[in-house]
Amino acid sequence: MPKHEELLRAPVKESRILPLCLVAPALLTVLVLFVYPLCYSLVTAFVDKGGQPTLGNFYRAFEFYSVDIGFTVVIVTLSTFAVGVLAIAIGGYLTLGECAPAVALLRWVYRWPLFIPFVVAAQCMRTFLAKNGLMNNSLVSLGLLDPQSTVGFLDWRGIVITFVWKQLPFVALLVSGAMASLDRTTIEAARNLGAGRLRILVEIVVPQVRPTLMVGLILSFVTMMSVLSVPIMVSGESPTMITVDMAFRINNYGDYGAANALGFISYALTGAAAWIYLRRGIAGGGKP
Amino acid sequence: MTAALRWIPRAIVLGLVVYAIFGPLANLALWAFAEQWYYPHKLPVTYGLRFWHQVFKPRGDALESLSTSVIIALLTVALCLVIAVPAGYALARLRLPARALIMLAFLLPQAFPSLAVYINIARLFYGLGLNGTILGVVLVHTVHGLVFAVWITTAAFAAVDRDLELAARSIGASALRTFLTVTLPLAAPGITASAVFVFLESLDEFTGTYFVGVPDITTLPLLMFTASIAGNYQIAAITALILLIPSIGFMLVVERFLKADVMAKVGT
Repeated sequence: MPKHEELLRAPVKESRILPLCLVAPALLTVLVLFVYPLCYSLVTAFVDKGGQPTLGNFYRAFEFYSVDIGFTVVIVTLSTFAVGVLAIAIGGYLTLGECAPAVALLRWVYRWPLFIPFVVAAQCMRTFLAKNGLMNNSLVSLGLLDPQSTVGFLDWRGIVITFVWKQLPFVALLVSGAMASLDRTTIEAARNLGAGRLRILVEIVVPQVRPTLMVGLILSFVTMMSVLSVPIMVSGESPTMITVDMAFRINNYGDYGAANALGFISYALTGAAAWIYLRRGIAGGGKP
Repeated sequence: MTAALRWIPRAIVLGLVVYAIFGPLANLALWAFAEQWYYPHKLPVTYGLRFWHQVFKPRGDALESLSTSVIIALLTVALCLVIAVPAGYALARLRLPARALIMLAFLLPQAFPSLAVYINIARLFYGLGLNGTILGVVLVHTVHGLVFAVWITTAAFAAVDRDLELAARSIGASALRTFLTVTLPLAAPGITASAVFVFLESLDEFTGTYFVGVPDITTLPLLMFTASIAGNYQIAAITALILLIPSIGFMLVVERFLKADVMAKVGT
């Protein structure tokens, strides 16, 4: 039907400029409000207060905060790894689980923290994980823990627990969605050949959902790399994460140079993480 | 009997999962209703609503922050939709050069650690007099929420059946009329979903507001943070509960908003 074809093409032929005009406001918003400040931060990291090129900002950043940089890498990597493993476990049980009520319960429970803001998650954990918080109190009440030997988790462990609690539902939602849309025939074939569920998960399901898993993990890594509230609220002590150092450099010294040098380091770490994941594909459980 | 035995490990694991998810939330709820709670008491000594009265007293900080937060979130949604709906339509339906690159551009604010960018936005806004203004905060929230707005509206438009548009065109409707009376209403659920995403993202946003909003803009997350750092756990818990209501509400209904046909087209 030529008439329909004409109609389909007509508006496109009429103006090449219209689609660009429709996209322009949104694109300009990102360019002006994100890409420009991003470039500004990259440049500021490499110049001194007089505008001369220097590496002094990085020298200061490493001199004062090298411990915190390492600490940040460990916390974020550990959290990402735990999120990956647990997301595979949840997605795997939702896909391969045979007990319908248990699957339904897990499906209903696991995503509660999905949209809970980091500040609220931090406040929950700040009280829950404290030495006399609800976690230790309930363990003592159940007789699983001696009242004298309780320890608080409000340090690096608390940050990792908060990050995993908050980010796991997001990655698990993506991963279980991808697993649900897989072709079931290979799974059924493997099952008929006598493969166990764990083996099916690791050897058949996970390799097929790896792209989704990696996207979720990289987005989580970036998100955790930019959270300010959790390290302040959950672990007040030193060492801390570089987001806290950036805020400190600016609020107390107006030192944009060192803050942006730390910012540059956070971009570099994210870039390195993305590159490692994409290149070696050691997503989740570290299985090839 | 064996079936019952198989439930034991399953029940233990599920119990741990439930405990891990709801334990921290239960602690928050307890703090919100605890009037006195000190060591070595494992549960609050006295319960009550005294702190709720304090939080909700007329002209109190919390109500003011709540209205600031809601105003900022609504303005962010409006601004996002105004720029994202045309962009989404063009990306879904019209021929664009470097379309994949444009789609990726909207992901940039989520693909870089944003804190370092926020401190520079704050510095640039300071020169423009935008620091500590509603507009400044709305702009920061908009750029962060834009990826949801653009990607979901694009998916929503892409999921609209082209034949229905063609039918409208062949009985003589103009391109604009077809868009307004056929395409837009059919894409409306997806656009609503993107609006809710942007609203929540703005309502919950902390870091950008922390840097750009100082010293005059106190949103609910900032108020909660300040109360928590000052050790006012009851106030912090009550404010946190207010923030939890929309988050959990949306989590429970998200699949009704985002239909599978739209979800399948997100990011494509």
